[in-house]
Amino acid sequence: MAREWESVIGLEVHLQLNTGTKVWCGCSADYDHSPINTHTCPICLGHPGALPKLNKKVVEYAVKAALALDCDINKVSRFDRKNYFYPDLTKGYQITQFDHPYAEKGHIDVTLKSGKERKVGITKIQIEEDTGKSMHAGEESFINYNRASMPLIEIVSDPDMRSSEEAYEYLNLLKDAVKYTDISDVSMELGSLRCDANISVRPKGQEAFGTRVEVKNLNSFKAVARAIDYEIGRQIETIEEGGSIDQETRLWDDESQVTRIMRSKEEAMDYRFFPEPDLVRLVITDEQIESIRETMPESKVEKMGRFGRDYKLSSTDASILCEEIELADYYEAAVKVCNNPKNTANWIMTEVLRVLKDESKGIEEFSMSAQDLGEIIKLIDSGKISGKIAKKLFEIKLTDERTPSEIVDAEGMAQVADTGAIEAIVDEVLANNPKLIEDYRQADEGRKPRVMKGLMGQVMKASKGKANPGIVTELLTNKLS
Amino acid sequence: MKKIHELTAFEIREMILSGEVKSVDVVKEIFDRIEATDEKIGSFVSLNKEKALAAAAEVDAKIAAGEKVGALAGVPVAIKDNMVSYGDPSSSCSKILEGYEGIYDATVVKKLREADAVIIGKTNMDEFAMGSSTKTSCYGETKNPWDTTRVPGGSSGGSASAVAASQAFITLGSDTGGSIRQPASYCGIVGLKPTYGRVSRYGIMAFASSLDQIGPFTKNVKDAALTMNVIAGMDDYDSTLEDVEVPDYTKALTGDVKGMKIGVPKEYFIEGINPGVKKVIDETIEKYREMGAEIVDISLPHTKYAVSVYYILAPAEASSNLARFDGVRYGHRSTDVNSIDDLYINSRTEGFGDEVKRRIMIGTYVLSAGFYDAYYRKAQQVRRLIKEDFEKAFEQVDMVLAPTSPGVAFRLDDKKTPIELYLEDIFTISANLAGLPGISVPAGMADDMPVGVQLIGKAFGEEDILRAGDALERVRGEWKLPETY
Repeated sequence: MAREWESVIGLEVHLQLNTGTKVWCGCSADYDHSPINTHTCPICLGHPGALPKLNKKVVEYAVKAALALDCDINKVSRFDRKNYFYPDLTKGYQITQFDHPYAEKGHIDVTLKSGKERKVGITKIQIEEDTGKSMHAGEESFINYNRASMPLIEIVSDPDMRSSEEAYEYLNLLKDAVKYTDISDVSMELGSLRCDANISVRPKGQEAFGTRVEVKNLNSFKAVARAIDYEIGRQIETIEEGGSIDQETRLWDDESQVTRIMRSKEEAMDYRFFPEPDLVRLVITDEQIESIRETMPESKVEKMGRFGRDYKLSSTDASILCEEIELADYYEAAVKVCNNPKNTANWIMTEVLRVLKDESKGIEEFSMSAQDLGEIIKLIDSGKISGKIAKKLFEIKLTDERTPSEIVDAEGMAQVADTGAIEAIVDEVLANNPKLIEDYRQADEGRKPRVMKGLMGQVMKASKGKANPGIVTELLTNKLS
Repeated sequence: MKKIHELTAFEIREMILSGEVKSVDVVKEIFDRIEATDEKIGSFVSLNKEKALAAAAEVDAKIAAGEKVGALAGVPVAIKDNMVSYGDPSSSCSKILEGYEGIYDATVVKKLREADAVIIGKTNMDEFAMGSSTKTSCYGETKNPWDTTRVPGGSSGGSASAVAASQAFITLGSDTGGSIRQPASYCGIVGLKPTYGRVSRYGIMAFASSLDQIGPFTKNVKDAALTMNVIAGMDDYDSTLEDVEVPDYTKALTGDVKGMKIGVPKEYFIEGINPGVKKVIDETIEKYREMGAEIVDISLPHTKYAVSVYYILAPAEASSNLARFDGVRYGHRSTDVNSIDDLYINSRTEGFGDEVKRRIMIGTYVLSAGFYDAYYRKAQQVRRLIKEDFEKAFEQVDMVLAPTSPGVAFRLDDKKTPIELYLEDIFTISANLAGLPGISVPAGMADDMPVGVQLIGKAFGEEDILRAGDALERVRGEWKLPETY
């Protein structure tokens, strides 16, 4: 009889804070775009006699992260040393916050596609520092210390997740929430977001946790999900075959799509944590927290609410537009130009998102600026072009340097709104279609629109689509009645 | 007529400022003296003759031009080899930093330069400041100028002997468990350890971060006060400093100790103190009484735990502070390397001396999983009790008086075990654990060797202990340093 299993997942996420300078010294934190080993100093290189000095901006950014994730902020917290030897760790210890972190007890509410909800707790957030970057070439290894002592926060979740889907959603929501505060690029590709997973299984209904395995080397959210699924399967299979799970650290091998052992419990490092004597306790006052809270951009939830009130958008539409802060900003910039919230929302949700999906791009890479989109909508609203022509204009503008107005003028896309000119075309069409006129006059109310449509179509065709449909309709209706 | 090198820092500074003598000439004479004497003493591990003469010339030029100059204008000073100075060999007297030259100036070095002092070189010390004899230096021993068959004390032995042999007017040392005060007592000079958080540690190679402090060795208390004016105070680079105003310490030297309450702790007057040392201390207490101070018997009950607490906490912090010496970025790197483990193990095994290795191992042990609570955490708790002993005492008294050391300078060939050496620090260690300022002032002689009396003050109470020390000098009479070695 096959047992039913439950998986227990916790995630540790490291985020780099883009404070501009490092956490213990004034070196630039711009490590990725600079020549190797040019942003270093005695402090981050761990030279004899050097001492750390806490960068106040790191605390400010860390508080923002805690507020965005609904954590309690500890008024007093402490730094500790985590001691181990590795060439990319210049002091031979990392300064971190081991048992008195600055933030605790937060949460992220995950909603799955099925509608199921899970509240994932955040155990703690701690301030710490990054290491240098190792590069291996054949028999030699090289280290770039530009990244050494970059500020990091580590966000540790409670072991509340029960599936890879929940983990995937958790990561996306965490990324959203933090991205909104602008304290980090939160990009796995750029290395500003790193994730380790802790996975265990237990028979369904059992309260005690199974043995936990840590999985590292996860380089994308999808890899996190796949690794979790693989590891759950491996653990269940091992137990069902009569084996037991060892507490160990494993690496995700993305090529082979398996986890491999990296470090066993016996080889586990004893970090000999003790309080960092070179730094005083970190004190964060209520005043500081409030003043930081005031500088924070509105959260996604707040923005959605505002979109609903100010732009009269439905909650579904608001949710789509607020998916990413860049998209929300794009929307508002376009609305500023054309003053038509509803149409702008529709254009973005249908046309813009379609193009982005086809081209696998993010809104930041979209070839049309918000101002240009706003201009197109403005052209429609002013009657200069028809909705149909506008769609053509949109396609052209995707790859055209000229402004929408310039394109309309150059390509002669402007609607004809000259009533006289349109009337002439309408008269001509009516003259050529006596049968349709008869048809219309005979038709009942239900059929009339269809006949009208046919006549409209002829007028539009005769005017090469440029006649203002509103005027055409009005003229036809008057002349036929 | 006193010779140049026999003068005090204050005296020589006055002569330089008035134009009576040029700094360049003073510096030249000091270097001549070092050349003539250091082979017998061994105070120095590196000398900076060219840079020093250039700096001296600059000071002379400024003075001649009527420009404002700093508080130590033109005065030759030396610093302990664990203090980083830009472009100079800085090695903590360890093979692991053989050839290492400072890539920045320690804050105290910067302050000395801003005060227009002339830094002449680096002095010998126990490797990484771990010791009480200066015998563990990788460069060899330093001899006590009073008797060259004896140790100068440690770990700042070279800084102490340099002043005692009149090879420098002021030197800086570091004190983690007594490494300024004990050598000061052994070498018959003044040595001051400031309050923890008074002087910046930035640029001092860390031994025990929560205990280390930098302080002066001088021929008299006035020079120590002058030096404190220069090196004390806030610094952006050291987070453990306290924002307490730096007074003019020389103004505290009124000579008046009437009404001052001096506590004498019974735990510091135990069996085993050299009778000659005890006699000097008793006579000193009498002198204070005669000067109008009130002598109060006090108790510091947790004193007996101090050495044990220290030898858990200091090595623990040291084991972490010395992890950066791995041969990767600077310092000695072994050539016998086939793996990353080899790089670490061989470089460090080759580079560190035995006492350093001993303390790294002790420190690693007391921090390790399963032992942290029993050793490190427990030691921190007892440390707080030792600190509270002093706080209670300071409700009754202004300062505490005790011997600096239970004996006089021991012989170089005295085969002391590591534990016996640790017990040398028995009277000095508590002040470090409690973060309090302590000064050792020459008080008399025993067995033909100098004996220092120790005064421990309240936190940031340097003015009180400087005043008391200066008062003692006035009634003690002239104190002559040895001339030949």
